[in-house]
Amino acid sequence: MIEDLDDLQKKAEDEIGAAGTESEFLAIRTRYLGRKGLLTGVLRNVGQVEPEKRPLFGKRCNEIKEALSEKIEKALERIADLKEEEILLRDRIDVTLPGRKIKYGRSHPISQVCREICHIFAGFGFAVVEGPEVELDYYNFEALNIPKNHPARDMQDTFYIEDNIVLRTHTSPVQIRTMEKQRPPVRILSPGRVYRPDSDISHTPMFHQIEGLLVDRGITFGDLKGVLTSFVRQMFGADISLRFRPSFFPFTEPSAEVDMQCVMCRGEGCRVCSHSGWLEILGSGMVDPEVFKNVGYDPEEFTGFAFGLGLERIAMLKYGISDIRLFFENDMRFLEQF
Amino acid sequence: MLVSLRWLKDYVDFHLSPAELVDRLTMSGLEVESFHETGPAFSNVVAAKILSVKTHPNADKCFLCDVTTGDATYPIVCGAGNINCGDMVPLAKVGATIPGGYTIKSSRIRGELSEGMLCSEQELGVGDDADGIMILSKDLSPGRDLADILDLKDTVFDVGITPNRSDCLSIIGIAREVAAITGGAVRYPVVAVKENKEDIRRITSVDILDPDLCPRYSVRIIRNVKIGSSPLWLRQRLEAVGLRAINNIVDITNFVMMEWGQPLHAFDFRYLEEGRIVVRRSLDGERFISLDEKERILRPDTLMICDGVKPVAIAGIMGGLNSEVKEDTETILLESAYFNPSSIRISAKWLGMSTDAAFRFGRGVDPKGVIRASDRAAQLMAELAGGTIFRGCIDQYPMTVQTAKNIPLRVKRVNDILGADIDADDIVNILKRLEMDVCEEGKGKYSVTPPTYRVDMTREIDLIEEVARLYGYDRILVTLPDVSVAPASVDGKLILEERIRGLLKGSGYSEVITFSFITPDAVDILGLNENDERRNLVKIRNPLTEDQSVMRSTLVYGLLETMKNNSRAGNINLRVFETGRIFIHRHDGELPLEKNKLAGLLTGSRCDDLCIGGGFKTDPGMIGDFYDLKGCIENILDDIRISDVQFRSGHSEPFLHPGKSCGIYAGDEFLGFIGEIHPHVLARMDLKSTAVAFEVDLDVLLVLFSGKIIYRALPKFPSITRDVAFLVKWEMEAEEMLRLAMSASKELLEKVSIFDVYCGKSVPHGMKSLGLRFSYRASDRTLTDDEVNDVHSAIVKEMVDITGAIIRGEES
Repeated sequence: MIEDLDDLQKKAEDEIGAAGTESEFLAIRTRYLGRKGLLTGVLRNVGQVEPEKRPLFGKRCNEIKEALSEKIEKALERIADLKEEEILLRDRIDVTLPGRKIKYGRSHPISQVCREICHIFAGFGFAVVEGPEVELDYYNFEALNIPKNHPARDMQDTFYIEDNIVLRTHTSPVQIRTMEKQRPPVRILSPGRVYRPDSDISHTPMFHQIEGLLVDRGITFGDLKGVLTSFVRQMFGADISLRFRPSFFPFTEPSAEVDMQCVMCRGEGCRVCSHSGWLEILGSGMVDPEVFKNVGYDPEEFTGFAFGLGLERIAMLKYGISDIRLFFENDMRFLEQF
Repeated sequence: MLVSLRWLKDYVDFHLSPAELVDRLTMSGLEVESFHETGPAFSNVVAAKILSVKTHPNADKCFLCDVTTGDATYPIVCGAGNINCGDMVPLAKVGATIPGGYTIKSSRIRGELSEGMLCSEQELGVGDDADGIMILSKDLSPGRDLADILDLKDTVFDVGITPNRSDCLSIIGIAREVAAITGGAVRYPVVAVKENKEDIRRITSVDILDPDLCPRYSVRIIRNVKIGSSPLWLRQRLEAVGLRAINNIVDITNFVMMEWGQPLHAFDFRYLEEGRIVVRRSLDGERFISLDEKERILRPDTLMICDGVKPVAIAGIMGGLNSEVKEDTETILLESAYFNPSSIRISAKWLGMSTDAAFRFGRGVDPKGVIRASDRAAQLMAELAGGTIFRGCIDQYPMTVQTAKNIPLRVKRVNDILGADIDADDIVNILKRLEMDVCEEGKGKYSVTPPTYRVDMTREIDLIEEVARLYGYDRILVTLPDVSVAPASVDGKLILEERIRGLLKGSGYSEVITFSFITPDAVDILGLNENDERRNLVKIRNPLTEDQSVMRSTLVYGLLETMKNNSRAGNINLRVFETGRIFIHRHDGELPLEKNKLAGLLTGSRCDDLCIGGGFKTDPGMIGDFYDLKGCIENILDDIRISDVQFRSGHSEPFLHPGKSCGIYAGDEFLGFIGEIHPHVLARMDLKSTAVAFEVDLDVLLVLFSGKIIYRALPKFPSITRDVAFLVKWEMEAEEMLRLAMSASKELLEKVSIFDVYCGKSVPHGMKSLGLRFSYRASDRTLTDDEVNDVHSAIVKEMVDITGAIIRGEES
């Protein structure tokens, strides 16, 4: 009898192995384990087994029952899982379709560059201050050591509002306004719009500058070189070469134009740098004693340096823009690139 | 200024390649903007030796020659008879080009082969002799390039001269710089005037009536000049620096101006009435025809050079047509003067005449160089135009031109400013290389007198700059300032702008920057009222164009222009903002009011067309409207903690839709406005689609802006809500109902909000249904329904009593 049990188990397991669908498994379960099933039938006939073998027989029967039962249940569970997956897959989505979003806006490239420069100088302790865009001739020129009819006025064509009122041609008047109100140490940065009557591929009648001023005891030309070198390297890369070249600004002396190695050709010479390998990016110099006298600072006690740079120029170099007018046409196809 | 290397080398020796010279000049303050090599107008012309000359068998006036270039022999047919066997001549080989655009070809002339052409000076453009073949030195080796033999190659530098360096507006000025840089010496031209015995005073005189404008005026007379063209070397020098050769006399004055930086003028003496010079201010409205044949009307303070009767030149700017040197001129009155620089600048600017002379006088010439330049020119006129020079020179110098003397210089100060450690000896040496006179006054103290041409040297700091630039900026070590460490104070406005910019960007708005100047028509296009302060425009006197001639008094106009430009470019969906100043004129002579504003504009679809994620398609009807923009502003004001924000319909702007616009307030403080653009404005600007815009005052926001946040404890007990729909008059504003609810409130009402607005079926005409949600809560207990019902009914009753609203569902 026990041998019959082994055959039964083997037969049932073969059938389970061959079965695939839910109904096949259910049929197997009914055939062997159901109320009228084969295994149930065998168990019911336990009386025909010799009494001493009955416990063993019974145990075997139960073992087989449990084993078959577990196999069938597992198979059924797997089938149910698959069915559920199938249902979920009917809801599949095309993950390559674009996400639903609010198209985000952009900052203007000029204000991005402005912020970057302000951040760098904030690290040197420069605070941001602003001044009027419509300015007195005195602050825009005279206090900066550019008297009326001085040749230096040729350097900057000017929009006039009245005889003594102009659209500021540079952010330098903020130097004067700040020093008039404050004793040294002074460490300021002043970004803003400036105006000169000029319009072509490299000039717009309005553009942006940032002015910087540091005044204290014992400030030297070496310090000017140090601060501006750090700035340019933070802005354009640690491996950029710089040169400081003598120049002329009426409100600084000694004055220096700062050139950096061309970012396009790395100094090889290209169209952007007019084949010189260098790009002019900053004007700077030690504050002229005359300027200090105009604001009531003693030039023997205090020294300082000032610098100014054009934001459009920096942005053009940084982003490879060749026409300055693009900044103010505000075409979305341009703005959305930044 | 253009500088010819060949001309420069007349005065200074140096061993630098052009590229090295460019670098050295640039690094010492004379920025070379560009440079290029120039050469003769011919190519492939070499020296050739004549081996034989025979007459042409078929042409009487032609000769057959054989010439050699050393490595080859060529048969040449030649028309000139001045050549002999053994002569060295220029040969234009087959393929050569000569002036006039001719290319030499192999040809047969009357049956005889000619492989090249022997050239005259004129044919090569190197001289005036057209009569025969140019004869070269027999010592030359045949085959050498003629351009090399004649030294016709040059390099021309374009040097940017800063306004302080008037002394560098001449070749000798540049030569001085080169000498200072290289440690060489300037080889000044030797000026020696051979005068005749006639005294200049017997035939002319000079009267300076206005010495303040003309401190110095000198005159020489040169007689019997023969007007003709200048010799090649002179023409070449002028042409190399961009001047046109005219005739020998004019060319000499230009040459000396370029050599020394002193402008000169040559008058034809026969046209000077009374044979004398009077220097005076012009009369008001005086008319004068200058050399360029234009009639000029003069302003009263223009300095004029006159003869005994009439003006003959605008001093320092341009000569007159009435005394111009002509082909038959015989006697020259040569002017060399020092004019007041600022007077020349004002006159030249006023007349709109930017001549080489005015440029130099306007920046200041060497007051000491006046006579030297006159002598130099007289000498050349004698040498090159055959003139004889009257004895003496009239030199009226009524007012001494001050030049700096004995400027104190401290070695310590030099090093304190530069942050360097330069020896006294090095400093002295640098200054001496610049031809300065240096005297030691004590230890580390000097007294320096600069040469008179250095008009920019007046103070110690000027000398320090000279030391620095010749010492080399690159040799000054990089340091960082030794300053008290204090963090930079952070500007509130920047923080505010950053917060706002971030929120606007996240809401889909892009930043634009428009010009601060707009068209004066803008105020009419926007329909501003007569008494609107934004009509008080700040006007630019000298605008580039009329539509950029006034400063903006609102940012809205620029945004509408931005919309227009973009729609032209096909960008019809736009969300933009700008921060910037507006300008309001107050009183003449006073700076205008400048206010910082923030403005934004929305037009076109609310969503991006491409945003179809999940099969969701943008409804083309989903045009962004008032509420889209309002929501954005509400977010901003909320983020920067502006309290009691109100949108009041009472405020109207003429350029906004009267029914779809309002003022924005914080309490009673006016912040700005928002609304749909008025259809009239859209039509005037030819804008096709509607737009919503806002503008708020950043200065006011900055005052109200507070980053302060105070935490409120989370509620411990639940809230109970009640919804009520009120039927109210169509024009009643929702905000009023909310306000009534809050003011009728007993303590328990925590919040009331709008959850529905409905107008349509089942709502009577002229009415609307406003659904309000009341939320009740106590901080110390869970409210019971009964408790809430009592309070709620009382509030609703009070609202109904005041407004006459009907509770929906209770209509009878």
